[in-house]
Amino acid sequence: MTSVIAQRPRNAAGNRLVTRGMAEQARNVVSMTRRNLVHISREPMQLSDVTIQPVLFTVLFIYIFGGAIPIPGGGSYKDFILAGLLALNLTTSTMGTAVGLATDLHEGIIDRFRALPMWRPAVLVGRSFADLLTACLCAVVVAVTGLAVGWRTSAGPLPIIGGFALVLFFAYSLSWVAACVGLNSKSPESAASFGFIVLFPLAFVSNAMVPTQHMPGWLQAAADWNPVSAVTAGARHLWGNPNPSASTGAWPMQHPIEASLGWSVLILAVAAPLASWFFRRRTTE
Amino acid sequence: MADAMIEADGLFKSYGETRALAGVGFSVPAGSVLGLLGPNGAGKTTAVRILTTLARPDAGQAWVAGIDVLAHPAAVRRQIGVAAQDATLDGLLTGRQNLVLVAELSAMRTSQARTRAAELLELFELTYAADRVVKGYSGGMRRRLDLAASLLTRPPVLFLDEPTTGLDPVSRQRVWEVIRDLIGSGVTVLLTTQYLDEADALADHIVVVNHGRVVADGTPFELKERSRSAHVEVTLAESGPAAAEAIAPLVGGRVSVSADGLRLAAAVDSAPGLATALVRALDRAGMLVDNIEVRQPSLDDVFFALTGAHIPGDGNGSGAQGASAGAAGAAERESEGAQA
Repeated sequence: MTSVIAQRPRNAAGNRLVTRGMAEQARNVVSMTRRNLVHISREPMQLSDVTIQPVLFTVLFIYIFGGAIPIPGGGSYKDFILAGLLALNLTTSTMGTAVGLATDLHEGIIDRFRALPMWRPAVLVGRSFADLLTACLCAVVVAVTGLAVGWRTSAGPLPIIGGFALVLFFAYSLSWVAACVGLNSKSPESAASFGFIVLFPLAFVSNAMVPTQHMPGWLQAAADWNPVSAVTAGARHLWGNPNPSASTGAWPMQHPIEASLGWSVLILAVAAPLASWFFRRRTTE
Repeated sequence: MADAMIEADGLFKSYGETRALAGVGFSVPAGSVLGLLGPNGAGKTTAVRILTTLARPDAGQAWVAGIDVLAHPAAVRRQIGVAAQDATLDGLLTGRQNLVLVAELSAMRTSQARTRAAELLELFELTYAADRVVKGYSGGMRRRLDLAASLLTRPPVLFLDEPTTGLDPVSRQRVWEVIRDLIGSGVTVLLTTQYLDEADALADHIVVVNHGRVVADGTPFELKERSRSAHVEVTLAESGPAAAEAIAPLVGGRVSVSADGLRLAAAVDSAPGLATALVRALDRAGMLVDNIEVRQPSLDDVFFALTGAHIPGDGNGSGAQGASAGAAGAAERESEGAQA
């Protein structure tokens, strides 16, 4: 009985159809991105970490800590903190990627996707694109809040955009690390704890909130080599805002733009293939 | 069998210590409907997961539409529609958005996807709810939408995993009607179910699985012939040893008696006036009858007839019947009463 069938694959149409063009892959990514954006529109509270949180942090840091933190080399704390707030908010908001993917894996929908003739990485890429779009929204909220409380930049339009792009690119690469975490989480709740255990220390042990000069030596070394410090210093440099890290000796602080691009490319190059490997492993049975 | 559209051969699959499949094989000719019948945990869903490329077997081979499932899973996905057991829909999208998403991910153009989605929403009587979020759908609506999603690309092979489990009788009937319409259109269908009546109503051929093995196969008619055509349950006011003996001549097999002696159960060949005859026989034996029920065989009865064993931890029969058969429990099977 099976010997007849074993002349596989007899179905020529089936073979022809497996070849999948880039255009179709792109369409899959667009579909998945749109799906994730619809999710956000259904549960707008999901957006609180990129809308309400940035406003809160801006007000808290500028009015509560601002007066107490002197900037080595002079300059206003308002001008100093904005790049730091952008880096802080975008870093912590990548937690959304981890939670979103863990939620997807938790529900039956992933089986639906897996039985479809779609380009499977679109599940991950679509998620990362949707999260990048919310990160852009976050950047706008931070900028508008900053302008409202008195942040100013003397830079031209290109360096200003460049500063935002630098931080957004970093957040995008970090979202693939978050994807790895989400793909290895037993539940959305455990994925959320990633934010507090990894992302908050990452964001705070840096030059984002305070100049590193006041830290103990070992902590300053860690902070100066923290990628969050590199992107923050890079944005400060591009915006012409106070950048006291430039006077520290560490290489990333001397070359913040090269360092942050290097970190982002490195993180993306490691985390993206790793995430697709975790995805395959998690969905293989 | 050269025209088999679905073919499984010697499938083995374990999840850790649990053996889900222990050598299942079957074949579904083009344009026909196979009912894969078995209790919870029999291995039905695992077999479907293998055939729909979601799981890889530890051993064995499978073909769908002539394509080797293990060698060319991506090609198989172009040929199949799947309605899985837990409705695999996106609760935060509307019904229409779900269908358009699935269609787009199946390589349909967006305009084509929209048209097809609207067509299927109409067919499944979901147009009124098309732009509502699926989270608010009832169980029956979700199943219908799930079925619609499996049909978007007009696939030649359909897998329906327990399409009516958990549905109320009315929703169940509607899903049956939809499946019947599909069957007429020439698709090949593999349907899994815990309900004998469902397999009976929809399938051309039934394969009964238990503990990951095929325990019987045949047409619905053949299977029911092999079990007794009906089943009787008697509840007595008080127990007495004479009861089982009294009805033994009227029934077709062993009479099982519950531990407390109050409930008798047996397979019977249905005949006119059977219930009256049974009550009279019990009356003559001096027994008071509280309740008597003659019913069509449940899956448990078929199992018992086919395998000599009851479904462990039963709870899978057709609704209340299953519950009563299960309630009688294993203790009853141990203390067999008189036999014919």
